[in-house]
Amino acid sequence: MIRLENLRVGFSQGGGAQGGSAQGAGEERIVLNDFNLSVPKGQTVSLIGSNGAGKSTVLNAIAGSVPILGGAIFLGERECGGDPEWMRALTVGRVRQNPLAGTAGEMTILDNLALASRKGPRRLRFAVTSRIARNLADKVADLGMGLENRLRENVSKLSGGQRQALTLLMAVLAEPSVLLLDEHTAALDPANADLVSELTKRFVRQYSLTALVVTHDMGRALSEADRIVMMHAGEVVADVEGEEKDRMAVADLVALFRKARGSEYAEDRDLLR
Amino acid sequence: MFEGILIEGLVYGILALGVFISFRVLDFPDLTVEGSFPAGAAAAAILATRWGAQGGSTPGLAISVILLVLGFLAGAAAGLATSAIHHRLKVPPLLAGIVTMTGFYSINLRILGGKPNLPLIKFNPLLQGARDWLGGAIGSELSLLFAALILAAVVVGLLDLFFHTEIGIGMGALGVNEAAVVQAGVNPISLRRGGIMLANGLAGLSGALAASYQGFADVNFGAGIVAAGLASVMIGELLLKTQFIGVQLLRVLLGSILFRGLMYAARSWGYLAGIGPNDLRLLTALLIIGAMAISGRPLRGKKAQMPRKTRGSA
Repeated sequence: MIRLENLRVGFSQGGGAQGGSAQGAGEERIVLNDFNLSVPKGQTVSLIGSNGAGKSTVLNAIAGSVPILGGAIFLGERECGGDPEWMRALTVGRVRQNPLAGTAGEMTILDNLALASRKGPRRLRFAVTSRIARNLADKVADLGMGLENRLRENVSKLSGGQRQALTLLMAVLAEPSVLLLDEHTAALDPANADLVSELTKRFVRQYSLTALVVTHDMGRALSEADRIVMMHAGEVVADVEGEEKDRMAVADLVALFRKARGSEYAEDRDLLR
Repeated sequence: MFEGILIEGLVYGILALGVFISFRVLDFPDLTVEGSFPAGAAAAAILATRWGAQGGSTPGLAISVILLVLGFLAGAAAGLATSAIHHRLKVPPLLAGIVTMTGFYSINLRILGGKPNLPLIKFNPLLQGARDWLGGAIGSELSLLFAALILAAVVVGLLDLFFHTEIGIGMGALGVNEAAVVQAGVNPISLRRGGIMLANGLAGLSGALAASYQGFADVNFGAGIVAAGLASVMIGELLLKTQFIGVQLLRVLLGSILFRGLMYAARSWGYLAGIGPNDLRLLTALLIIGAMAISGRPLRGKKAQMPRKTRGSA
């Protein structure tokens, strides 16, 4: 379960994240102001909206990679707004848009998986025993990409799609309760995007994950998420689920979006990509 | 002559292993070794001298191990200081190393009892022990070489095992992509601290050995030692390509031996080309530049992994 209460996140104009300290000499741009969102356990929510609406900032705030200026973040029953990123990673799995971002390229597939197979402090014992290797090989075989035969190759030799599938597997391997996906299929070709999407659905079900998915792909958002949250300028402007969501088509979402923004600027290209 | 080059190569090779761990594995360009290497030398030398002055018993394995462990710990302490400066005050690695190394110059002087240099002529348990070990059968220099070989093999073996543990793999990943380590729920700071301490511990261990081998400890032992270690690492990388950590470690030792050989050649026959002992540092610098030019590999070990813009990104 994820619950965000009155979340406030801002950046200094230099572009760097601004801490809670009073050091903010430069001008500050508030991205999220009193943002509230609650996602019950097991639900998949698609976050949509134009660029700069604050979608990724929501994920970054939950994961702890940007500091919050105010409000509270609950993961499960625990308020974790002040925890460092690595500590939150104990309950959060994450895949970013860049397929290079989640894996260590100059290490083997096996070592990468061994690293991700358990959360928490490392111990002084062999990371890859033959039993662990067999177990991990099975999980990789489940991806259906033939990577189980390339376990001792460096990850940098994989294609973008393979690497993103591996990143996804690594994100769920240690069975976190929350999965954050930030346009994780956007940098892939359509075939690979479909494949990674399918895997995502399977993993979410298999590990009964609570998932928050940032996407620009309306069609995918409608078909894959239980609920759609539309953001504009740091605020939730639409929140649909259940039958209401099932009745909607992409065109309805676009109409909703236009309404939310007013007529100031209605370039569909921003939304439909 | 050859024994000398090999022994020197192995002794300083352990330092090069430390440089390899910080520069290559952790991707943390660390100059602390210029302080941790002499710290290890000073700590081991002062203990040996005190032990000898107290009429300590004949050189045995126990005192040798104690001296080496002490050298390691002295170096690791310098690493801890650098790590603290870097992590707490957000000082960049190079500057943090310079600060520590500057401070350790005075600390090392204190360890040496206020003198810049401490001869180990009367009591040098490591050297005597190694010479006597098989000395009766194969001669003292060969015995020394065997001892150095075995010690280096033990260090490489232990490091190879270490880099197959969870901690070791975590350190490897830290140098390639910190985000992957954070995702595993690991505090990257404590992991990096451990790595920096290990690297400088090896430098201290090497310093303890060097002091024994040279017969004295000197507060200026560390001058130019980073460059020597880097040159060794890079020469090794020119020799062979591999992704296996064990072979990478061995490669560092080979590089170190080759580097010492080149230096020996320059000292012995350099005059033919107008090269004097004063030119050895320049030679080291040119070696590093040459190795980088040939391999096309800049100082930072890994190719930049992170946000290169990808196709179709927002």
